[in-house]
Amino acid sequence: MRYLLAIYTEESGWEQMTPEQQQQGVAAYMAYTEALKSAGVWVGSNRLRPSATATTVRTSNGKTQVLDGPFVESKEQLAGYYLIDVPDLDAAMLWAGRCPAAQHGIVEVRAIWA
Amino acid sequence: MSVGQAQNQAHNVAEAVARSSRGKLLAFLAARSGDLAAAEDALAEAFASALSVWPQLGCPANPEAWLLTAARRKLIDQIRRSHEIAGSDDLEELAGSSTDAAGHDLPDRRLALLFACTHPAIDPAVRAPLMLQVVLGLDASQIASAFLASPAAMAQRLVRAKAKIRDAGISFRIPERNELPERLQGVLDSIYACFSEGWTDPAGTDVTRRELATEAIYLGRLLVELLPDEPEAGGLLALMLYTEARRPARRTANGAFIPLARQDKALWDQGMIQEAEAALRNAVRAGKIGRYQLEAAIQSAHIEGARAGAVPWAAIVGLYDALVQLTGSPVASINRALAVAEVEGAATGLAALNAVSADRRLDAYQPYWAARASLLARTGFYDEARRAYQLAIGLERDPAIREYLNRCCEDLPC
Repeated sequence: MRYLLAIYTEESGWEQMTPEQQQQGVAAYMAYTEALKSAGVWVGSNRLRPSATATTVRTSNGKTQVLDGPFVESKEQLAGYYLIDVPDLDAAMLWAGRCPAAQHGIVEVRAIWA
Repeated sequence: MSVGQAQNQAHNVAEAVARSSRGKLLAFLAARSGDLAAAEDALAEAFASALSVWPQLGCPANPEAWLLTAARRKLIDQIRRSHEIAGSDDLEELAGSSTDAAGHDLPDRRLALLFACTHPAIDPAVRAPLMLQVVLGLDASQIASAFLASPAAMAQRLVRAKAKIRDAGISFRIPERNELPERLQGVLDSIYACFSEGWTDPAGTDVTRRELATEAIYLGRLLVELLPDEPEAGGLLALMLYTEARRPARRTANGAFIPLARQDKALWDQGMIQEAEAALRNAVRAGKIGRYQLEAAIQSAHIEGARAGAVPWAAIVGLYDALVQLTGSPVASINRALAVAEVEGAATGLAALNAVSADRRLDAYQPYWAARASLLARTGFYDEARRAYQLAIGLERDPAIREYLNRCCEDLPC
């Protein structure tokens, strides 16, 4: 089964980090990605630009409404994702727990509709 | 055999199979797809056909296999209706593989089913109800009344939990050795939650709640049978049996509460006590102590003590010490304080209780205030005891226990 591991983090946290801490953070994600790949479960992953760059689009009554900003204003914002292919939720939860974001943010595990 | 007799017999056999095999059949039917709701529907239809076919053709030699075949057919029809495209091999697979089922012995996957129902990704509040419905076939309204929820709300929660199992990909599998202790805790706690719901039966007359305790004991026995090497399963079974054995003695004929020390021991169920003793002895032999074994051992000490006419309070304090250390539970600390009072006097007991009184969770916990009241009364602080009794009475939902506390309060000297 495929699962999306959606990563939610506090964006201000990154800005407050020293360059060395940021470097360590990036290294942790790279190591995690490598681990997923060598286990053969990695399907895709990406880091997102900050939510300040988000644009929200919605069409109602034929009119498209465009708003500057993310869908939900909250402290934690969607910061990136991993798409993995594992046998079941237990395996997905195991990988979610290993994700660096589990320590400094939240990892939401969602099954892909297939 | 008359038509009526044949119908009766068919009905009885179907009922017996429903009780003993439902969980096994469901676990098998839903193993591949994870779709418990669909498997339940198919099984219900299979039972309905059994009740119409068996009276005419006679009960089959292997009713379980008959029901499985019928349910698989229904399930395949159902899947075919919902996905018109799937190939026939997939359908066979999705309905539980046929090769496994061809033999006469249906593999018993009920344990995996119990683990799925109590999976950490399932809302803890719905785990026990889900287990009762899936494994034992209780309907939502029965479960709702036992858990003091509205039938509609309970039905909705159960539907949601089953959808989560299916859609989020929760497998029916027995956890690996390294994760077993934690996952087993979930199963044990859910079974005990069923039992506790069934035990706290205010008037002692609510049949649904009493049955819930019986169902929990059934699950407890099943767990011991399926996991004979896990001592906590035996500990839990023993704890439930020791408690249930005293049910007939805990109320007077008109429903008034009787504390353990004043119960008529002749009313205790000796068969259950013996079964509890055997289960506990067997569990303790593994040398791996746990919460349920300790609680069962405390019950055992009380029962032994009541028989011998002298409760071994010092030993009970020792067991509570271990329980407090293991669980850090303030509830265990309260009971420990009461036991300490029996060994070293009420003042020492009160001091032990004061040591946990900073825990704010206890503010709204009736047994804390009842324990406090009784220890204050025994140390001569009558006014404070009265206030503590009032708080305990205000927090209790069982009218018989309220009445008992009221009498204790009225008996206090001015």
